[in-house]
Amino acid sequence: MTTTVTATAALALGDDALVLSHRLGEWAGHAPVLEEEVALANIALDLLGQARVLLSTAGDEDELAYLREERAFTNLQLVEQPNGDFAHTIARQLYFSTYQHLLYARLAVTDGEFAPLAAKAVKEVAYHRDHAEQWTLRLGDGTGLSHERMQRACDALWRFTGEMFLPVEGLAVDGEQLRSAWLESVSGVLRRATLTVPEGPQSGAWTAGAGRQGLHTEPFGRMLAEMQHLHRSHPGASW
Amino acid sequence: MVTTTTPLEAELLRLAGSVPDPELPVLTLAELGVVRAVHLHGADTVEVELTPTYTGCPAVEAMSADIERLLREHGMREVTVRTVLSPAWSTNDITGEGRRKLREFGIAPPRVLAQEGPVAVALGPTRTATGLPSPADPAAPLTCPHCGSADTELLSRFSSTACKALRRCLSCREPFDHFKEV
Repeated sequence: MTTTVTATAALALGDDALVLSHRLGEWAGHAPVLEEEVALANIALDLLGQARVLLSTAGDEDELAYLREERAFTNLQLVEQPNGDFAHTIARQLYFSTYQHLLYARLAVTDGEFAPLAAKAVKEVAYHRDHAEQWTLRLGDGTGLSHERMQRACDALWRFTGEMFLPVEGLAVDGEQLRSAWLESVSGVLRRATLTVPEGPQSGAWTAGAGRQGLHTEPFGRMLAEMQHLHRSHPGASW
Repeated sequence: MVTTTTPLEAELLRLAGSVPDPELPVLTLAELGVVRAVHLHGADTVEVELTPTYTGCPAVEAMSADIERLLREHGMREVTVRTVLSPAWSTNDITGEGRRKLREFGIAPPRVLAQEGPVAVALGPTRTATGLPSPADPAAPLTCPHCGSADTELLSRFSSTACKALRRCLSCREPFDHFKEV
């Protein structure tokens, strides 16, 4: 494995964690109840810790986070999607944390570069996944309104899920096997939540692989602007 | 690799382990199980291996600074604290004394886990809570640190820090933190 290949994979996984961490952090001060505010912030903190380790593998963590242009980020389009209502945030969490948990469980038992981090992070992500599953059940099998909104969120984000199973250079993981494990898990949770498993394609023709190739959806540029502006306005500043 | 520990290294390890946890000052770092090793290079240069409880634990920087300060006060000229991830920290690394102090402090300690090392994740049909660690003794109840009742409920999976969950006792009605098993 060359350094470059490792860096490619570290950036992909690190950007996923960093971008989702930032999105979850946007809930601070706005979550529906205090306990959820704390939960989402704690999940964001776990992801930020993972991002720091991964980005440091690829280079200088601060330069990578704050000084790269949009096209240089290789995160999945799923994680950059705006928070939307609480149901959208939970659907995004369900889709991503299931993927991340299955992926890290596989990486943890390899002898590759990412095994130490994956073995550590998989224990954290198990709680993220449980959190998302419990909320999916509660909202899906809740009131008429919560069911409707949860279904709408699951449908809206479905087309961003296919990208998770495309090969990433440097990650020795079978994408199709990952996809079938993911589908089985997510479908099971959605059914128990009395929700309908979305039927559409898991990626649109125009989005296939795009996030991993540096192509992003419109809201991502605005998110990056907010995330980076302080660092760019005050280069080298510290607390 | 064979490592021998000199009496001075043992003393430095004891000192590093005596530093209180910045967020849970009732516990020392040794009781938390996060100080892995101390390596002396020369007469007064020392490297300490510290493992984080959670990857993003913000307390690591404060822990490192405290260890550096203490060891410098004890004659070390150069102190380096290195973060090690592997093997991953587990709540099983918290000592018995650490668990007792947590309970006394009002935090339900983590239950002892059946397994350590990489978490086994079922690859087949997946149910809710797959991948969450299971206690070595499933019958061992999680009890309220205030009144000892086993009748408690989960309020939130995440509490004041990522390592804790928020629960409520249904007997004495007091809310309490539970140090989650990882």
